[in-house]
Amino acid sequence: METFYQFFNTNLILIYLLIFTIILGFEVISKVPTILHTPLMSGANAVSGVVIVGAILLVRESAPDDYFSLILGFLGVVLGMVNAAGGFVVTDRMLEMFKKKKK
Amino acid sequence: MAYNFYVNLAYLLGAVGFVWGLRLLSSPDSARRGNFIAGLGMGLSIIAALFAPMEGAANNYGWIVGAMAVGAIVGYLAAKKVKMTAMPQMVSIFNGLGGACAVVLAGVELYLFYHGKRMLDTGGLVIILLTLLIGAVAFTGSMLAYAKLEGLVDDRKVTFRGHNIVNNIMLLVTVGLGVWLCVEGKESGTTLPIVVGILALIYGFSFVAPIGGADMPVVISLLNSFSGLSAAAAGLIYGNNLMLVGGILVGASGTILTVLMCNAMNRSLLNVLIGGFGTSGTSAAKATGDQVVKEVTMNDAAIQLYYSQSAMIVPGYGLAVAQAQKVCKEIDDLLEANGVDVKYAIHPVAGRMPGHMNVLLAEADVPYPKLLDLEDANSALPNTDIVVIVGANDVVNPAAEDDPGSPIYGMPVLKVWEAKNVIVLKRSMRSGYAGIENPLFFHDRTRMLFGDAKDTLTKLVAEIKTL
Repeated sequence: METFYQFFNTNLILIYLLIFTIILGFEVISKVPTILHTPLMSGANAVSGVVIVGAILLVRESAPDDYFSLILGFLGVVLGMVNAAGGFVVTDRMLEMFKKKKK
Repeated sequence: MAYNFYVNLAYLLGAVGFVWGLRLLSSPDSARRGNFIAGLGMGLSIIAALFAPMEGAANNYGWIVGAMAVGAIVGYLAAKKVKMTAMPQMVSIFNGLGGACAVVLAGVELYLFYHGKRMLDTGGLVIILLTLLIGAVAFTGSMLAYAKLEGLVDDRKVTFRGHNIVNNIMLLVTVGLGVWLCVEGKESGTTLPIVVGILALIYGFSFVAPIGGADMPVVISLLNSFSGLSAAAAGLIYGNNLMLVGGILVGASGTILTVLMCNAMNRSLLNVLIGGFGTSGTSAAKATGDQVVKEVTMNDAAIQLYYSQSAMIVPGYGLAVAQAQKVCKEIDDLLEANGVDVKYAIHPVAGRMPGHMNVLLAEADVPYPKLLDLEDANSALPNTDIVVIVGANDVVNPAAEDDPGSPIYGMPVLKVWEAKNVIVLKRSMRSGYAGIENPLFFHDRTRMLFGDAKDTLTKLVAEIKTL
């Protein structure tokens, strides 16, 4: 229990951030019209590509001869980038279709 | 100092971009701008990650830039080339890749830890294992969801009796081993983390396997939320607030969509995850056995439509399968030219992903004000002359209203039987994905028009043109 108290006390700002982001997330997205369900999901999916930041940091701090980390890190950056780039482009394509029909 | 400030500012603006972008994405007029702003946020975040000060880091920019180029080209081409009708599959794949990225990160971190290159306390191990578990489920779960949507996998062939019990045991074992790993730390040996990782990957498959058909929109939103949570957990590994914020936002939006989808079916999430529609629905009344359906000729259908005041088209998954959205629009145009008021009734869980029908119809150039949601459609239906049901079944099943024995009893449905006439386009008399009889087909206001949706609609267009 003592460890937990200590964890809580030292990471207080992080815990605030976590909780406020959860609340913010629910507030921001709570009233979505049906028409936007797919684009919102797809756009959010692209945002989850932010995991690429972790992959970039991992490769940057790897030793130049640590090929295990480098190769997997490379793979991580590719995967994250496909997720992010593809996600935003696909969402844009969808929204473009919605747009042009507004007369 | 100033350098550090700019990096942190870029991260901060990246996070603001995500929040603001998602906010704009939830309203039709600003959605496109919202997506752009979120993308801009992503760009800033990546730049910040590239230039963040790291003491003694080798940087390896060659590897990073190479990987980014490959990823960007693959992602861009895939997103540009994919057909609009294959959108659910594409979104699933992208989602799975995000999860896979988290798995890779967790794997490397564990490797570094076991080889003494990374010091971790119990808290650090817990975070890494969370990233691994959630990421793995998002990854393999999305891949199976992709295979199901693409029609590569038959829902019924990948599940077995007692599947959920096996799943729950597998989850318990995986989490149990994970806890053991966290407690033992390095003492546990390198086999344990590999076993945990493999179990988590298998669990992802197995978790999605029994869920299929009409429940697909729920699973897809849930997996979306998982990939966000795995990114957030990875953010904790690297102490990166931006990843945490981005990941949590996605987790929240995925959760909201999941809840919306569950509400649209009047079922709890647990119910969706545990009992497949088809497997639990044995108590449905089968009293419709000796009733006969009434067919309508092409010519009659054309006349009814052409000379009505108002028509409502109810699309379902069948429309997507037959790729009939463009022909649908053609009929719409012909009718509008004759002064018929044509609307579309969109049930929230029609199709295989949230908002599936909206995307299809948008592709066919149907203006979105013509698309009515459940409530608006139900209030307009009593004054509608004719309803055409194209490949929808369970979402127009009156049993949901009046048969307490039906597995879908209580699910909000489109009350098409309140309209003056109903024409059902259907391939055959087979029941829908839910495997439930639909009394609507035997209703006295209902006429059936059998055949492939696209074929039938094309013939209908030709018929209307002769009038």
